[in-house]
Amino acid sequence: MVTASTGFSADTAVYYEVDVLVIGGGPAGTWAAIAAAGRGAKVVLADKGFCGTSGATAPSGTGVWYVPPDPARRTKAMNSRWDLGGRLADPVWMRRVLDRTYQNVNHLAEWGYPFPTGVDGEEIRTSLDGPDYMRLMRKRVKSAGVRILDHSPALELLRDASGAVAGATGIRRQKGDTWSVRAGAVVIATGGCAFLSKALGCNVLTGDGHLMAAELGAELSGMEFSSAYAMAVDHGSVTKTRFYEWAEFTYADGSPIPGAASKGGRSSIAKVLGTGQAVYARLNADAQEQVAMRHAQPNFFLPLNRTGVDPFKDRFPITLRLEATVRGTGGLRLVDEGCATTVPGLYAAGDAATRELVCGAFTGGGSHNAAWAMSSGFWAGSSASDHARQVRGRSRVATRSGQTGLTEGRGSRIDASSLIQSVRQEVLPYNHTYHRHADRLNASLDRLDTLWSDLRSTDAADLSEAVRTREGVAMLATARWMYRSALARTESRGMHKREDYPGRDEAQRHHIIAGGLDEVWTSTANVGGPADEVLAA
Amino acid sequence: MIELISASRCTACNICVTACPTNVFDAVKGSIPVIARKDDCQTCFMCEVWCPYDALYVSPNADGPVDVTEEQLELAGAFGSYRQAVGWAEGGRQRPAPEIMQRLRG
Ligand SMILES: Cc1cc2nc3c(=O)[nH]c(=O)nc-3n(C[C@H](O)[C@H](O)[C@H](O)COP(=O)(O)OP(=O)(O)OC[C@H]3O[C@@H](n4cnc5c(N)ncnc54)[C@H](O)[C@@H]3O)c2cc1C
Ligand code: SF4
Ligand code: SF4
Repeated sequence: MVTASTGFSADTAVYYEVDVLVIGGGPAGTWAAIAAAGRGAKVVLADKGFCGTSGATAPSGTGVWYVPPDPARRTKAMNSRWDLGGRLADPVWMRRVLDRTYQNVNHLAEWGYPFPTGVDGEEIRTSLDGPDYMRLMRKRVKSAGVRILDHSPALELLRDASGAVAGATGIRRQKGDTWSVRAGAVVIATGGCAFLSKALGCNVLTGDGHLMAAELGAELSGMEFSSAYAMAVDHGSVTKTRFYEWAEFTYADGSPIPGAASKGGRSSIAKVLGTGQAVYARLNADAQEQVAMRHAQPNFFLPLNRTGVDPFKDRFPITLRLEATVRGTGGLRLVDEGCATTVPGLYAAGDAATRELVCGAFTGGGSHNAAWAMSSGFWAGSSASDHARQVRGRSRVATRSGQTGLTEGRGSRIDASSLIQSVRQEVLPYNHTYHRHADRLNASLDRLDTLWSDLRSTDAADLSEAVRTREGVAMLATARWMYRSALARTESRGMHKREDYPGRDEAQRHHIIAGGLDEVWTSTANVGGPADEVLAA
Repeated sequence: MIELISASRCTACNICVTACPTNVFDAVKGSIPVIARKDDCQTCFMCEVWCPYDALYVSPNADGPVDVTEEQLELAGAFGSYRQAVGWAEGGRQRPAPEIMQRLRG
């Protein structure tokens, strides 16, 4: 059994012993579970919400970096984002992701995903509808023999005497009790962190996996690339941005906003919104384009239809919602091609892992993320299964590794909603996260560090508040890694924009590594790729 | 945010209770579910897609509640409109000709 170190009782209502535990059931987690089971592992997948609807992909849908293995097309694909990503990506990983994604998407076709047919009579496999894709993935996970625990957020990892990961515990929130899983290997696929901004599907993404992994000593990479904001109808949640490429942006009086654009001009929009002024959009598209658009992305039109707005005729107010690391690129640092973290037995995939390897310093969306999620998920699940086979049958004593919010302290319990509010106050403003400056980063960090030290003596949360409390703690930890990393990069590169260092500094073509909880530290690591202007496939 | 479960449409199948990723609903013995934690709603519309009886309405306003009545929503044809649009309702999703869809690629 799991030995209780501290905190609420470890005599959990359900308990499993498996080879691989996957935490998170979005694209990365489901691919990981299928890959692990396919190699003979006994697998449990635990999701905070419902595997099939939860996470960023299910309600949003994604373009996918699906490029047939034709050298010319692959070369073009690799170069299209190389420079935008600040040349921090690694061409070796880009090639692997292109190969793996091609194979995985072809599996989806075999499994019956309804890809449409294009003008040449060939199936178009570059885009996936969220609800269909994730419903299919749930079905495949189940038929692979994986046990799914829905509404079962993980709260903390278990570790053995050597410091290797040994499982996790969490809550069954619809039952009001707890679960624990002993596992030979664990895959963190908990997605990114969007600070409860209500960007589409993102409120389950609070950096929980980053926190749990860091409590075992895992490191992060690229956390400065965490400044993604995405456009939505004002007060809306549908942060689908592609069709804003057809938009003209205006002030309330109808005059154009200079430099404003969805791509390459979002910064100007943030500046105007930051002053408290409204920004309006109208889409310019001909009749045929309109038909195609309405069919391609029903979720984009949903808020407009329901408020009686014709976006091709009417000007409508828009906003930018923080997506932070979800469409940023920072996450857990990977140390090998199997997506291992620095902790033995612990693997990371999807948005929870750093995507710098494939996108560098910028993503914004546009297919690399989806490709990364399915590829890294596949690799993480495969290597977790292999690792688990090696430790199978070894007797290991598992102890709980969760700290803040879970361990007993002399102080009172954490007030989760006020903690969450305080963190959001620091990270949501455009001039903190989008447009960065050392003065504001330092001032924020002072407040965030004080918040953290105030939490150190707090008492364990009770069962009903444990999830919310740990979400607040995870967001606080994530914000501190983000801003420390942002301070450490004294240049602008990719999505990381420093007002005090507006230019790119070639001496900083490296990764920023971050870690630590009580003391947050940063260091640098070399990039894997060349500094070449143009890549070969 | 989630605004309403239509008592006349809902069959108490409780699919929405399971499918909502942020656990907004509570099942009620012998009755239809209740919206128990409206503030946790992330306005993702997944409950509408998964409800087989088109009994839910999610307002596009993610920041606060909106007054709606079942009659208004019936009149506007709102129930089930999104499930229809994503192709999960009977009849699926009719795709325009490839030449038209091609206009978006490029
Ligand atoms: C509006 C929008 C549009 C996008 N469009 C594109 C696009 O066109 N192309 C593209 O490539 N990418 C796009 N992206 C990004 C893409 O959706 C993500 O990269 C992708 O979903 C990542 O997959 P994932 O499995 O890592 O995370 P997610 O899909 O976010 O899934 C994470 C899962 O982890 C679970 N979880 C979280 N915490 C816990 C916990 N403590 N315990 C258990 N489970 C937990 C969540 O419930 C969730 O199910 C878009 C994102 C958004 C928001
Ligand atoms: S899914 Fe629809 S029919 Fe079923 S309980 Fe929910 S609202 Fe009622
Ligand atoms: S819109 Fe999403 S979060 Fe809100 S109730 Fe429906 S499924 Fe739950």
